[in-house]
Amino acid sequence: MTTLVIAEHNNSELQASTYNTIAAAKQLSGETVVLVAGHNCESVAEQAAKAEGVDKVLLAQADFLEHLLAEDVEKAVMSQEGDYSHILAPASTFGKNMMPRISALLDVQQISDIISVESDDTFKRPVYAGNAIATVKSNDSKKVITVRATAFDALATEGGSATIENVDAGSHTPLSNYVSEELTKSERPDLGTAKVVVSGGRGMGNGENFEMLETLADKLGAAVGASRAAVDAGFVPNDYQVGQTGKIVAPELYIAVGISGAIQHLAGMKDSKVIVAINKDEEAPIFQVADYGLVEDLFKAVPELIDAL
Amino acid sequence: MKILVAIKRVIDANVKVRVKPDNSGVETANVKMSMNPFCEIAVEEAVRLKEKGIASEVVAVSIGNQQCQETLRTALALGADKAILVKTDDQLEPLAVSKVLKKVVEQEEPQMVLLGKQSIDGDNNQTGQMLGALLGWGQGTFASEVEVEDGKTKVTREIDGGLQTIELSLPAVITTDLRLNEPRFASLPNIMKAKRKPLDEIALADLGVDTANRTETVSVENPPERSEGVKVETVAELVDKLKNEAKVI
Repeated sequence: MTTLVIAEHNNSELQASTYNTIAAAKQLSGETVVLVAGHNCESVAEQAAKAEGVDKVLLAQADFLEHLLAEDVEKAVMSQEGDYSHILAPASTFGKNMMPRISALLDVQQISDIISVESDDTFKRPVYAGNAIATVKSNDSKKVITVRATAFDALATEGGSATIENVDAGSHTPLSNYVSEELTKSERPDLGTAKVVVSGGRGMGNGENFEMLETLADKLGAAVGASRAAVDAGFVPNDYQVGQTGKIVAPELYIAVGISGAIQHLAGMKDSKVIVAINKDEEAPIFQVADYGLVEDLFKAVPELIDAL
Repeated sequence: MKILVAIKRVIDANVKVRVKPDNSGVETANVKMSMNPFCEIAVEEAVRLKEKGIASEVVAVSIGNQQCQETLRTALALGADKAILVKTDDQLEPLAVSKVLKKVVEQEEPQMVLLGKQSIDGDNNQTGQMLGALLGWGQGTFASEVEVEDGKTKVTREIDGGLQTIELSLPAVITTDLRLNEPRFASLPNIMKAKRKPLDEIALADLGVDTANRTETVSVENPPERSEGVKVETVAELVDKLKNEAKVI
């Protein structure tokens, strides 16, 4: 048995989610092979080769793989010759976008967003916004799986010495072409992997008020997130959203400010180690999952908190 | 241009889902069912494309039991022209759903298939992408903006780092994200009108698709509970607890 992990990267760096996915792969029998498909991404392959637990790295390079469009990644993966018992990718927008295409072409029912490996064919995954945990056994001969990064602790990024092999990159499909990207630039840690997250909700009132949370975040070395309500209201961009259909986070400390705590939001953060809720409505459901709740007007509490740190 | 919209009937988003005592699944008896919220956004987008004169016909399709007719009537009341129910009492997995939808696409020959990016029950986020692959079509997933021009569609997608815009040749599959639009409410006259719109039924067996399940649900359990914490009175007390009790700052 051999597992193929499809690496998520930006052509210069391996994303943290790939290390978590490798950790999930190591809980399966057999070897772990990492496929780095991209453009001018030798450095990514070198990082993957150093990662603990990786037996071999396949490097598939072509200019059309620069933006990792689903149709092109599908072709790159399908042109690999190895016989893989398991194919894994992170359950990020990268993995969610391309993985079901591969699964369908292999005639396999994908298992999405696993949070544990029970055996080589049985996995746990959240359903209904995390309100239930299903244990699912796959009867397909191959398993195609996306992995919830926060559920698997990453292995060491250094120390490995896997070989790197150049492989076929497939061919470009004219079905889909890249036009542009508008990426949020931030000096703060990545929301998905930050140790501390400060999130704001509808209670923030407007986008300018998020500056207060940014100041708080900078004091704590935290990432800034938001509830769906705050994103829908246009206070912050879409990539801030924490929840069932946004980002799943599990930091050491999650501070929810002016967030009522809809189940869809809780689905994205309730695995955080310590949860703090600041909300003036003492009936807000967020207090039911908070380790420490402060019933207070956020416009009074947050500046005080900034001063106290 | 004809648009096919695939919709799913799910437990209403506001219902607190309960795990069955025998751990075989979640309670669905006497539970309010509604159209999956992402599918509502897909219907709305299709109807808006028709109102802009880009789409000529909007066909809604659902796979499920007799009650799915209600959900399809909702789509008709929101502005779809015609509905198709592929009837089955089985719970199909996304791979099987995408194979069934492929058959429907071959019959209806739409230029665009719109779907929700995920259903809020299984949270799989697979069907649209699988359909795209099976049809050999391009896909624009997690769409927050869709423009159609000259036989192409430009789709802005919500990705982890921000937004990405791609251009797809038609026909194509598009899956909707939350910010694509705000679905309208069906007006009473439109609900009445929807009753007279065509709703065709096809028996799943007549499509000749292998829809056997590939996975088994071994058990469904409640997630680990978080014990309710404590209320603090002041910011100073909060900082003290975080430093000395939780030791996270």
